[in-house]
Amino acid sequence: MAEYALILVGTILVNNFVLAKFLGLCPFMGVSKKVETALGLGLATTFVLTLSGAVAYLVDHWLLVPLGIEFLRTIAFILVIAVVVQFTETVMHKTSPMLYQALGIYLPLITTNCIVLGVALLNAQADKGFTASVLYAFGAALGFSMVLALFAGLRERVAVADVPEPFQGNAIALVTAGLMSLAFMGFAGLVQS
Amino acid sequence: MLGAIALFTVLAGAFGALLGYSAIRFRVEGDPIAEQIDHLLPQSQCGQCGFPGCRPYAEAIASGEAEINKCAPGGAATMVALADLLGRDPVPLDGAAAQETVRRLAVVDETRCIGCTLCLQACPVDAILGAAKQMHTVIASECTGCELCLPPCPVECIRMDPLPETLRSWKWPYPGAPAGREVAAHPEAA
Repeated sequence: MAEYALILVGTILVNNFVLAKFLGLCPFMGVSKKVETALGLGLATTFVLTLSGAVAYLVDHWLLVPLGIEFLRTIAFILVIAVVVQFTETVMHKTSPMLYQALGIYLPLITTNCIVLGVALLNAQADKGFTASVLYAFGAALGFSMVLALFAGLRERVAVADVPEPFQGNAIALVTAGLMSLAFMGFAGLVQS
Repeated sequence: MLGAIALFTVLAGAFGALLGYSAIRFRVEGDPIAEQIDHLLPQSQCGQCGFPGCRPYAEAIASGEAEINKCAPGGAATMVALADLLGRDPVPLDGAAAQETVRRLAVVDETRCIGCTLCLQACPVDAILGAAKQMHTVIASECTGCELCLPPCPVECIRMDPLPETLRSWKWPYPGAPAGREVAAHPEAA
């Protein structure tokens, strides 16, 4: 149990995929203008990431390893991820059209979100077992969602703040992201991983 | 080598079948977004947006043909609600909507009203009360200020009065909005 808690804390805070591993920066900058959209994308990514993490582990463990073709992991995982994203998109279009439209282009872009492939590949290399792998993916997604929501909140405030002209827009957003990354370095050493 | 080819063929086939099934199972019929936009519009069917009613305007917004800033009776509040629903940035009001910076109310000049009931038929929200040969009056809480009752009146006894700002209706201006306007666009960083 303690091991699983450590995995969650480790992926959410210490080795946060966005701020410590610098994966998934495209949606981090792109979908962080409004908190609601950020939460929506966080939710979609959490769902996709957990599901694709689980399926990717199963494909790796039961198909690729027994056949001795681990070198084809990247292709197999991309196939898995693309299918999970497409499936999520179809279901979301039916069940939550507002979220579907709000996410717009960013939903298909989860396919190319490097967090998703990164988690699958890291899981395959570490081979920690099914539960730990799914938790790792879930923690990574939670960390991503949390950071995205926090960042969106900051940017909503910054948008109405009196920012000096050269810093307006994306410049101040990048500075903010850098400061957040620095702040998250404070968690380093909390968990050894 | 052969095993890998076979595995990927089977895998791709299975995933393709799953997606094909989900596309049929979760097919979207109609346009649920137009429905939700229609709910936000004031339903005064005034036509000031250039469309023949609220529903056609909602469909035009949903398909991306129309901007969200054309609803005059709804004003800034509707525009902001639409922007919120669609995840778009708020835009300044446009066309007929732009002139309506203050909400206005129709008022019947009771000394001149001849009780012809023509304005009753024109009112899309049934905000005018009256009967034939009886003096008419406007129910202030129902009037959307759409001005549709003005043209049919034969004695021109209806005027539009700006709604006085009371303690109940006053609110802080949005940050960055020029003074005097109820609301301009939210200043959003690019």
